[in-house]
Amino acid sequence: MLVVLIRRLMQSVVVLLIMSVIVFVGVYAIGNPIDILINPEADIAEREAAVARLGLDRSLWEQYFRFLSGALQGDLGHSFVHNEPALTIILQRLPATLELAAGAMFLAILIGIPAGLIAGLKPHSRLGKGIMAGSILGFSLPTFWVGLMLIMVFAVYLGWLPASGRGDTVDVFGVPVSFLTPDGISHLFLPALNLALFKMSLVIRLTRAGTREVLLQDYVKFARAKGLSESRVIGVHVLKNILIPVVTILGLELGSVIAFAVVTETVFAWPGIGKLLIDSIALLDRPIVVAYLMLTVFMFILINLVVDILYSLLDPRVRLGEAKA
Amino acid sequence: MKTTKLLMGALATALLAGQAAAADLTIGVAAEPSSIDPHYHNLGPNNEIRRHMFESLVWQDEAQRLSPWLATAWTPTSNTTWEFKLRQGVTFHDGSEFDAYDVIYTACRIPNVPNSPSSFVIYTKAIAAIEVPDPHTLVIHTDVPYPLLPNELATWGILSAESNGVSEPLTYDRNGCDGVESWPRTASFNDGSSTIGTGPFRFVEFVPGDRLVLARNPDHYKWDVEWETVTFKPITNDAARVAALLAGDVDFINNPPTQDLPRLETDDAVAISAGLSNRVIYLHIDQFGPATPGVTGTGEPETPFEGEGACAERACEKNPFHDKRVREALSKSIDRQAIVDRIMGGIAVPAGELLPPSFFGANADAQPTVYDPDAAKALLAEAGYADGFSLVVGTPNDRYINDARVAQAVAQFFTRIGIRTTIDATTASVFFSRRNKYEFSVYLAGWGAGTGEMSSPLRALVATRDRDRGLGGTNRGRYSNPDFDEMVLKALATVDDAERAAILQAASRMAMEDYAILPLHYEVTPWAHRVNLTYTPRADQYTIAMDIRSVD
Repeated sequence: MLVVLIRRLMQSVVVLLIMSVIVFVGVYAIGNPIDILINPEADIAEREAAVARLGLDRSLWEQYFRFLSGALQGDLGHSFVHNEPALTIILQRLPATLELAAGAMFLAILIGIPAGLIAGLKPHSRLGKGIMAGSILGFSLPTFWVGLMLIMVFAVYLGWLPASGRGDTVDVFGVPVSFLTPDGISHLFLPALNLALFKMSLVIRLTRAGTREVLLQDYVKFARAKGLSESRVIGVHVLKNILIPVVTILGLELGSVIAFAVVTETVFAWPGIGKLLIDSIALLDRPIVVAYLMLTVFMFILINLVVDILYSLLDPRVRLGEAKA
Repeated sequence: MKTTKLLMGALATALLAGQAAAADLTIGVAAEPSSIDPHYHNLGPNNEIRRHMFESLVWQDEAQRLSPWLATAWTPTSNTTWEFKLRQGVTFHDGSEFDAYDVIYTACRIPNVPNSPSSFVIYTKAIAAIEVPDPHTLVIHTDVPYPLLPNELATWGILSAESNGVSEPLTYDRNGCDGVESWPRTASFNDGSSTIGTGPFRFVEFVPGDRLVLARNPDHYKWDVEWETVTFKPITNDAARVAALLAGDVDFINNPPTQDLPRLETDDAVAISAGLSNRVIYLHIDQFGPATPGVTGTGEPETPFEGEGACAERACEKNPFHDKRVREALSKSIDRQAIVDRIMGGIAVPAGELLPPSFFGANADAQPTVYDPDAAKALLAEAGYADGFSLVVGTPNDRYINDARVAQAVAQFFTRIGIRTTIDATTASVFFSRRNKYEFSVYLAGWGAGTGEMSSPLRALVATRDRDRGLGGTNRGRYSNPDFDEMVLKALATVDDAERAAILQAASRMAMEDYAILPLHYEVTPWAHRVNLTYTPRADQYTIAMDIRSVD
């Protein structure tokens, strides 16, 4: 067990190291941050001074090793743009993105599962066909365009919901959240819906397929023969059995929801890490971009590591294989 | 006495509270400040926000003319000394008194901002020494005659020495002031603990990416602001910003995209304010070496390329732009009025100089080059390029209003006279890096004159690049004319306004007659807002909440 763990840890460190080089060199290649950060009125001497202050006069490798030695001590660098630690800035913005992702997942489940059930129970009805047609739209329409349309319809023409921003927040254990205030909810709804559409379509299709399959199973027929009410048959026997694949897929998709949030956050001016990343790329704020990507890589490595460990705990064959090797 | 004051205060608060109900303003801005620290990052969005909370000695009005702010009057007392009379009875937001030592404290802090990506030192380094005859008078010494001192004192906001724990009188020393142990950190401005100015607004809250909230300073001497609070919301996406205005989320937005203006104009709930800016869109032309990177079809260069630039690393063809006739042909081939009408939707003005005629040092009679493609063709033939050549024009595609589309139009005009032109459009961060490595033979860019007078573009864009004389900072076309440089330097050392204006006008004429740089148009800046608001358009393109007023 220990051997597995140590080997996996070593691999993770190597992956992190390689990623850091790729990311660092990649962002370095885009351009020189000073060209976009400095006031055009600055003369040549001031430009040189600013380059020196930000450490941009050093060679790429020297900059990289300075970054690396900082990173080993938990310091992922100072933002060129904001003059604060990159990690602090990212952690400040993280709750907004997590909230948006959670809101989107919630909506995807809340709407997707009942809609999928209806489509599965009455596949030839008009409603069932309508739901399936809608889910195709949800899959195929670009998030960016849908976001703008949602704003035009619900904010501009109907005036029901605000068009952008995050709204009022309250602190829960020191983390600002907006879903506990009415104003915050009204701001959260449209971006969450926008982000949820794709996942919702996925849930509808999974639920429908599962429902149609399960309905033919013997235990459903038996439950009906026993004279159980239709709501109990569907609510307990059908639903419970189709939820397993839905939950598995949704768990895997959580990561991609956070990744897709970039587009939604830009359209709705949602102050999350996706918008931060876009803004930072535009301003060539290398420390933020590098820290963000390193953090993401670290997160995925950690998840994979945990999964691997769990797997070896659950499956004796893996353990035995490692012991032999 | 004390009771009366208290009573008055209570009364004032009660009155204000009654008025406050509807008086909140929300502004959607295209870019947010990188920090609230007024001396951290010398860039548009920061300078715009700074003006609400931290005041300078000198104010620039909507046309960038100088007027009193924390200083009530100033005069040059000799060629190298200036006397500034400071306003009496001004207090900072925490109640401490404003006096001359706050100015010195601020001038001392400016070089001491760590990691500043664009420092305000460029606006303090002319100051050699500061004398304080009395707490409300400053005598500022410069090394050389320096007429731009009042303009530069309009660029940085004053901090309170006392609020930052410095109560002893300070002495200004450009090499580092003694007597201050630590300077406020940039982060302490973002959380509000050091955000103490004298301005018409007090800092309330800054949530990066989401909002900046300011509250009115009720006893301000200059502005009677009608907004109880003002919230700036960064909405970077153009379409989303317009939608937020239409939806009523925000009352006011800057930079509405030009293609949406006709639609906004027909909306009864929305009005547009627009005014001429200090920003010129121009073409820089490579006039450095015998070869240039973006031209093909001109043959081998006569001498090998030496110096910095793309041609130092790879073979380039001959640079045709040293011949004035070629530059003139380029200028004559462009129909500036057509660009303004068709691409800019009328919100621009064809340019004949680098600053509109109403500004200091500009020629009132400056006319844009007349569109004459036949004359342009004749000039090209005369210069030996009857068959033309191929050219790549560089441009950013997300920096100036319709930048890449303007470049596309320019390319078509050039092609019409036989210069087969394609454009190389990239995002601003990539474009400016490549431009600064001299990768373009001709590129489109813009210049806003921060000082609001002609020396700004002439010094930065046209004068020969020279580190020691502080010239040519953005002259990436590398035009060089020693006579012109002398004139700019002479203007920069002439304190008498009328005399300086005359020299700048002559220098500008000289640059234009030599086609050193080709101005295309001056941007007109639009703002869109609720129909019951008014805004006085500003030449510096800033959105200043004090100037937003409601009408009945």
